[in-house]
Amino acid sequence: MDIFLIFISAAIINNFVLAYFLGICPFLGVSNRIDSAFSMGMAVTFVMAITGPATYLINHYILIKFGVEYLEYVSFIIVIAALVQLVEMFIRKVSPPLYRAMGIYLPLITTNCAILGLALFTALRPYNFVQSVVFALGSGAGFTLALIIMAGMREDLDFADVPGPLKGAAITLIVAGFLALAFMGFSGIPTK
Amino acid sequence: MAALKNNNLWEEFLKGIWEQNPVFKFLLGMCPTLAVTNSVINGLAMGSAVVFVLLCSNVAVSIIRKIVPHQVRIAVFVVCIATFVTVADLFLKAKFPDVSKALGPYVPLIVVNCIILGRAEAFASKSSVRRSIFDGLGMGAGFTLALLLLGTVREILGSGTLLGIEILGGYFERWVIMVLPAGAFLTLGVLIGIFNLLSKGKKTQDSAGGCHTV
Repeated sequence: MDIFLIFISAAIINNFVLAYFLGICPFLGVSNRIDSAFSMGMAVTFVMAITGPATYLINHYILIKFGVEYLEYVSFIIVIAALVQLVEMFIRKVSPPLYRAMGIYLPLITTNCAILGLALFTALRPYNFVQSVVFALGSGAGFTLALIIMAGMREDLDFADVPGPLKGAAITLIVAGFLALAFMGFSGIPTK
Repeated sequence: MAALKNNNLWEEFLKGIWEQNPVFKFLLGMCPTLAVTNSVINGLAMGSAVVFVLLCSNVAVSIIRKIVPHQVRIAVFVVCIATFVTVADLFLKAKFPDVSKALGPYVPLIVVNCIILGRAEAFASKSSVRRSIFDGLGMGAGFTLALLLLGTVREILGSGTLLGIEILGGYFERWVIMVLPAGAFLTLGVLIGIFNLLSKGKKTQDSAGGCHTV
């Protein structure tokens, strides 16, 4: 039950994009079409599911054990960059179709705030290993959900008569505001 | 000749504030822009931290630009940035614990702020130390100004205060939505619209170029 609540909380109630503003850059950049939004979401979820537990292990068994927590940021970002590189090489070798689907998004993920944000949140919160894995999956699902909903709305927005200065990023942000408003409706659900 | 040079440096500084404003024009550094601007003081703290990191990383990257192999440059830049962010974070924790607590994980997230890596890659890795300093200051100032603007609007409408001082009296019904996440998106959307209106005629970029080209 506990695990279920962590998942729901990360995916919907405290959505990474709409409540914490993490991963806004791809949210604005890639959410033009549903299929590319889905690929990006999957790529991010995939990398999250690997980096979340990896940074958990590094934090608990190396940084805290040897009392060098001040290296947290440097080591997290190196681990993330290295893992993204490895994942990219691995996918290219094992599954070319999958690589074509999400390969172009992988290098961008290193500088995606959502990944480092996940590592930092996992380090801040008193999760155990299983909970941190679930938290990573939930966060990835929430990111994908927000990206896909946004893409669906933007596809329709193409046919709307938007005033000149608001075209592009401005109207996207305003629509995201309404989406965040809608997601606030979930905040009554108890998470503890 | 010397005057011309100073002029160029000054332009390097100015371009970051309006013409190439990282927030309104290039949509860079969106996470902190939206997340910490529920009050002016948080925006100011985040802006100062980013100016510090941007300045230091621009200088460092500009100094080492000739000895770093091209293939590993991004990794080297990121490690430089992460080091300076750690310095800024420890400084805030020691001197301003309240501010540090209010900003929470968004201080370490400066590491992945696209403005900083974007400037390192697009400018500092190709320019002299002196020009990089001015570029860093200008971009940082533009970012801070955007944060202050957003923070002012949201704090006045959302809590009726400015820098914690009551300015709108009791009769004003507070727009609580403005200090919540949704208000951040709405305010920034409207501000970008106004920015586009004012810089009409010039084409604006509508995707997060920096993050996606790095």
